[in-house]
Amino acid sequence: MTTKLISTGTAIRDGIAEAGKHDKDVILFAEGLDDPSAVYGTTKDLVEIYGKDRMIEMPISENGLCGVAIGAAMMGKRPVISFHRVEFALLALEQIFNNAAKSHYISNGQHNVPLVIRAIIGRGWGQGPEHSQSLETLFSYIPGLKVVMPTFPNDAKGMIIGAIEDENPVIVLEHRWCHYITGDVEDGYIKSDLIHPARIRSGSDFTLVASSFMVIEAIQACEQLQKFGISVELFDLRVLRPLNLEKIMESVGKTGRLLTVDTGFKTLGIGAEIVSEVVAAKFKDLRSAPIRLGLPDHPLPSSVGYIDGLYVDSVKIFKTIAVTLGLTQSQIAEGTTSLLERRSKVPLDIPDPSFKGPF
Amino acid sequence: MSNLLKIYEDSLRIRKIEQAIADNYQIQGQPQLMRCPIHLSIGQELLAAVFCSMLTVRDKLFSTHRCHAHYLAKGGSLERMLAEIHGRSTGCIGGRGGSMHLTDIEVGMIASIPIVGSAIPLAVGSALASLIDSTSDISSVIFGDACVEEGVSHESMNFASVKKLPVVFVCENNLYSVYTNISERQPNRDLTLIGRAHDIQSFRCDGNNIDELINTFQEAVSITRNGGGPTFVVIDTYRWLEHCGPSYDNHLGYRSEAEFLEWQKKDGLESLSKRLMTSNLLTKENQLLLENKINNEITEAFKFALNSPMPKPSDASTHIYA
Repeated sequence: MTTKLISTGTAIRDGIAEAGKHDKDVILFAEGLDDPSAVYGTTKDLVEIYGKDRMIEMPISENGLCGVAIGAAMMGKRPVISFHRVEFALLALEQIFNNAAKSHYISNGQHNVPLVIRAIIGRGWGQGPEHSQSLETLFSYIPGLKVVMPTFPNDAKGMIIGAIEDENPVIVLEHRWCHYITGDVEDGYIKSDLIHPARIRSGSDFTLVASSFMVIEAIQACEQLQKFGISVELFDLRVLRPLNLEKIMESVGKTGRLLTVDTGFKTLGIGAEIVSEVVAAKFKDLRSAPIRLGLPDHPLPSSVGYIDGLYVDSVKIFKTIAVTLGLTQSQIAEGTTSLLERRSKVPLDIPDPSFKGPF
Repeated sequence: MSNLLKIYEDSLRIRKIEQAIADNYQIQGQPQLMRCPIHLSIGQELLAAVFCSMLTVRDKLFSTHRCHAHYLAKGGSLERMLAEIHGRSTGCIGGRGGSMHLTDIEVGMIASIPIVGSAIPLAVGSALASLIDSTSDISSVIFGDACVEEGVSHESMNFASVKKLPVVFVCENNLYSVYTNISERQPNRDLTLIGRAHDIQSFRCDGNNIDELINTFQEAVSITRNGGGPTFVVIDTYRWLEHCGPSYDNHLGYRSEAEFLEWQKKDGLESLSKRLMTSNLLTKENQLLLENKINNEITEAFKFALNSPMPKPSDASTHIYA
């Protein structure tokens, strides 16, 4: 098996390239599909593989073109439609919720909609209230859709290929800051499942479930907690719908404790669903009340002046678990200092360059 | 050349089926057996029959909530349609969608979508798939006048025009969106301007005039089928019954009795019948035979629907994912 060290963004591009070689029915839609920016490089240099006929430059008509992609999918194509920000996909919710999610059901199984909708979650550099929303629960609410959030490069390549191969509409929510994460990625056509969360670390004291970029923050917190003898079992949630909690239930059965970290809002976030299911099924095994972290109940403002303490970070995760397990004030202060020192000189509105991999 | 007698038969059949649904929808003192909203096509049958007579079984058709005429004209199974409206498991989509979602993929009736304008991009996507695969079939969508008020219709026409896609857009202008006249919703304009604004060859014709319908659809379908890109056809028509349900609703006052009577007088099906009689293509005797044949078919189809099993509650959770 040959691998190369690349970013999640490049891995997604490579996955789309491999899928295009593998299946001539895969077609691509985006605004600026082949422009100099090429959806942040994720659709770069694909013309040679796809040819112009299979690369559909989208007029600025999100709902219409999403419907076009659904119609083509019903007729046997496998469209991949990319939105630069998830907010633009909001214009297409009518088509996504009504036609993509329900055609298989309404037609009594006669129609399939093998469609991939990529939507990018923005963060930092003053993106502001309508360029940085993490709306995964909105899509995850709808039966008939699959919703995934890739984090790491190798998995992201496998997941985009898995999503393209899937016979159902799959919403792929890519965090812009995950695009920069690096790791070794296998060459060729590789496929990841769209079923389970991935266990990133094994542990016995706490179960921690995070998604997308929050997994990266969680890893740092786990490493710090390990220094104080706390072993955390960390899951990258990966698949939000259908939500498969088997591994998480098993883990909570072992640890008796649960923390969820949403990339989006805490209120009505995916963490709320996980906690509620876990409490219902594992009430007797719980040693402390489950805890949820996520964004506060307000839009995300642009200025960097507002940002400090707004997003969940490694410090918040570290402290939450440390307090629950009764670390001393000095231990908590030591761990916090250590985490803060690491990115002391880096502004809060860009990803931490000291922690982008390789993973 | 389209066969006038065949178009007459098809249109008459649609009208009789719709009338039978209306007659059976509510029978006093009995539990209602068709338990879903119905949007009947009486008054709008001719255009469906003419348009679909120019389509092959491989051509794709998409429709709206008012889809009965389109489904039947495209060749959809009557038995499975009535079973669907009766909520039976033998329905064309197993009772999943009811009257507003009629589908018969085998004959190219791909989907009916009850959200205004929602089916339009699906037809365009179907046309895109045909273009990429270089197949000879065309796609089409029939929608109401309110759809041009939806942004998605313009998004779809714009894209179809840019890509020169093989899709026919058919707009049935029946003047009303539920109870609201088009004059309260749109400026007083020729609707073909909308197609032209997207650089699409556009046509308008009287939905009760058989010659106009044949000529217009022939031209539009021929352009689209021969690589000329999308076409847009606006048909002036009128729904005789209420927006949703089996009854006449002129007493409500949103439209005048006089307006209704004027449109009823123009009935294209009646004119066609007279014309066929005058030219001896149809006799009173033949007409009676035809009506009997249709009535028998309807009776049998209702029997099929009513004798079919209801779906099981346990099947409500199947086919969520492929």
